[in-house]
Amino acid sequence: HLATSLPLPSERDHLRPRIDLVVFMIDIKSKYSLKNVETSLAHVDASFFLGKVCFLVTGVGRVNACSIETNVICNLGEAYCSPVLFCELELEGIRVATAQRLLRMLQICAGHIPGVSALSFVSLMRNSDDD
Amino acid sequence: EKVDPQKTAFLLRKSWTLYSVTPLYRFHRARLRDYARLLSAFLAAEKQKGLAVEVGVELDIKVALSNLADLRGSELDQAALLVQLSLRSQASSKNSEDKLVWLGWFCSVFGDDLSENLPEDFTSLPLFLSHGAESYTSLVGSWFQKTFDCCFRRLAISPLNLSWMVAMWAGCKLDRAASAVELVFSVPRLSQPLDISYAIHPEDAKALWDTVQKTPGEITQEEVDVFMDCLYAHFHRHFKIHLSAAKLVKVSTAVASAHCDGIVKILHSQYLPGVLMLLTELAISQIQ
Repeated sequence: HLATSLPLPSERDHLRPRIDLVVFMIDIKSKYSLKNVETSLAHVDASFFLGKVCFLVTGVGRVNACSIETNVICNLGEAYCSPVLFCELELEGIRVATAQRLLRMLQICAGHIPGVSALSFVSLMRNSDDD
Repeated sequence: EKVDPQKTAFLLRKSWTLYSVTPLYRFHRARLRDYARLLSAFLAAEKQKGLAVEVGVELDIKVALSNLADLRGSELDQAALLVQLSLRSQASSKNSEDKLVWLGWFCSVFGDDLSENLPEDFTSLPLFLSHGAESYTSLVGSWFQKTFDCCFRRLAISPLNLSWMVAMWAGCKLDRAASAVELVFSVPRLSQPLDISYAIHPEDAKALWDTVQKTPGEITQEEVDVFMDCLYAHFHRHFKIHLSAAKLVKVSTAVASAHCDGIVKILHSQYLPGVLMLLTELAISQIQ
């Protein structure tokens, strides 16, 4: 399900399935997308931040079109205890690989992978980031 | 550090195309005359091959290389190097001057980051600025690349860096009445390209920056962000358009103007070193 911002419209609440993973997309070329994500974060229940939230930064292939500093995004990820993925949607290979990663994360968050919970997975990712 | 405004006046009010240049190998200041002769021969040879610009104009290109000792940040910087291409005048009278057709100069203003750990035979002049036909630029560039084993790359300026520039330059104190502060945005993903030009009265821009900047002489990313956010918010209030979602492509102030394709124009001699220092930094980060 795609949304341009949160909160989701309440009219469809009763029809909505359980949300297992929230991916916030930030376009590094658009300051506005960062602001939008920051305001939307306030509408997410705290329990989601135990491994069911991730930030996806797009447009990183074009270094010369950056409107946002990378450490601002990394700090955001740290503040919300959620992983930050970087990708370039314009390159098919990276697009496919990123989609596969997100799918994997979703499977874990939905509880489809026995032995791995969303929380344990996110702490695994955080440890490798610090390296 | 005092730059003689007379000597550098020719640098102002010209559109310069920016390049980053890796350190030059075995470049000797004493051999400038030789280099000028070699470059001249190279240009003549390329013209014979039919690769030079003007068709049907049989004129000699005169090459002059000179030092601009004043154009540097500190004693650690190399003096700037100026390359001038002029068409030798056909008339034999002494009064006719050679016509300058192309100008290029290498410089380093506080470029210690790059020059610090360089091995002996290398000269660090990371910023190159050219004015004139692109074909001459590529000829001169390829001669330098071949002769000194260096590498030229167009210097692009990201929206992030452009916003630093506009914040810094809008905050500069100017004696005379200044021109407007202008930001040009390009709107992505439309069937027809759309450019938005946002002009602000220079006094308003300076007043805004003065309320944002906490420590004079120091600028932080947060301050630049606050400055830009104020401008975006003001625009949104009036036009309901989020400029923060568009791409900042050009900034213009009374001090200097810069375009994301790496083209700058410096308008004020007092701030020439400051602008060059910023550009040197950008060039170095592109090299590293």
